Amino acid sequence: MINKIVNSIAESLADVKDGSTILIGGFGGAGMPNELIDGLIAQGAKELTVVNNNAGNGEVGLAALLREGRVRKLICSFPRQADAHHFESLYRAGKVELELVPQGNLAERMRAAGAGIGAFFCPTAYGTDLAKGKETREINGKHYVLEYPIHGDVALIKAEKGDRWGNLVYHKAARNFGPVIAAAAKCAVAQVYEIVELGNLDPENIVTPGIFVQRVVKVAREQILKEAA
Amino acid sequence: MSAVPAPKSYKPRNRDAIAARVAGDIPEGAYVNLGIGLPTLVGNHLPAGKEIFLHSENGILGMGPAPAKGAEDWDLINAGKQPVTLLTGGSYFHHADSFGMMRGGHLDICVLGAFQVSITGDLANWHTGAPDAIPAVGGAMDLAVGAKKVFVMMEHLTKTGESKLVKACTYPLTGVGVVSRVYTDLATIDLTPQGLAAVDMVEGLSIEELSRLTGLPVRAPR
Repeated sequence: MINKIVNSIAESLADVKDGSTILIGGFGGAGMPNELIDGLIAQGAKELTVVNNNAGNGEVGLAALLREGRVRKLICSFPRQADAHHFESLYRAGKVELELVPQGNLAERMRAAGAGIGAFFCPTAYGTDLAKGKETREINGKHYVLEYPIHGDVALIKAEKGDRWGNLVYHKAARNFGPVIAAAAKCAVAQVYEIVELGNLDPENIVTPGIFVQRVVKVAREQILKEAA
Repeated sequence: MSAVPAPKSYKPRNRDAIAARVAGDIPEGAYVNLGIGLPTLVGNHLPAGKEIFLHSENGILGMGPAPAKGAEDWDLINAGKQPVTLLTGGSYFHHADSFGMMRGGHLDICVLGAFQVSITGDLANWHTGAPDAIPAVGGAMDLAVGAKKVFVMMEHLTKTGESKLVKACTYPLTGVGVVSRVYTDLATIDLTPQGLAAVDMVEGLSIEELSRLTGLPVRAPR
């Protein structure tokens, strides 16, 4: 019997190695897998390359991972936010490297990784500083920049419900990067609020099929009372 | 004794008036992305009788207005990370699909703010170039190359009186040759292969004065 459900967050992250590339879901606070990130902090892996749209908010989730000094490099589209002070001080002190990537390229580079694409030509950022030094090509009169995939060792995903085969559904716009990073990582770990029996999720409405997910772990639902962004 | 500047013969549009002017150009059925900052105001001026689909880069089509206080769901936020609602018929999708909607030419209009726009439609809106600033781009570059029409909404002049419509941008570029129309507090201006062409101007402003303020020739409205 296949059972991807693991009993604890600690168990779900036990084999994460130093120097890994960790793809983390979420857009601001929406879809940020805070419990898994807390687990990663407790697990102790360091020298991590982290991929996330933002650079953490306040004191939780990615902000806490940065605060603990576990992140060597951040690949990100929008690190500048009023409450991203841990990233800001580390960045200014030269303690964390930043690769700034347009948001759609961030998503598409991970999509490409999950879909087995070697590289792709993308019009975004052509003629700007973010395309400097990159190969370009004119195709049918339009200019494109060559972009390479971003592969992850581990993906940390916040989903709503999951089953023992790893099928996932999400809650509203917390879906954001979840389905993309699940496919892009060797080991996708999903935290869910509810574990359901096989067959309970409508096959027409499964958002991330279990083939992309290696581990599912249940977390308690927290009442989010204040702004997470 | 220093000269007292002559009173202006015209009154600039306020932010809501610019937003209303942009909203008036959005047809029923359009798929529209409103950038963070000033463009968000356009949402308040969309005509209630028309069905217009608002897209949010984080994976929402059919985005609705802010929820009532106490009804916020922090898993349902806009690009500015403020809580929003979903209209009946709206949908959620992942980030790669969301940006595919832009680059794939499915989005009709995006409205963006800007530091500068050049006469050839270059857009500078993501970075002032200040060496100590933390760079952040978000979805600006993807929207700029992706939407069928890129509208820019901005004050015509900087705080120190320089035109934000320029011959060539001095700030770092967001996109090359992407802007089709600019809405300012003084005028609505199309960027055409023949140069700047005013669509409308605030009452009392002459085309000569608009050209002088812009520092570039602007063709009078037809």
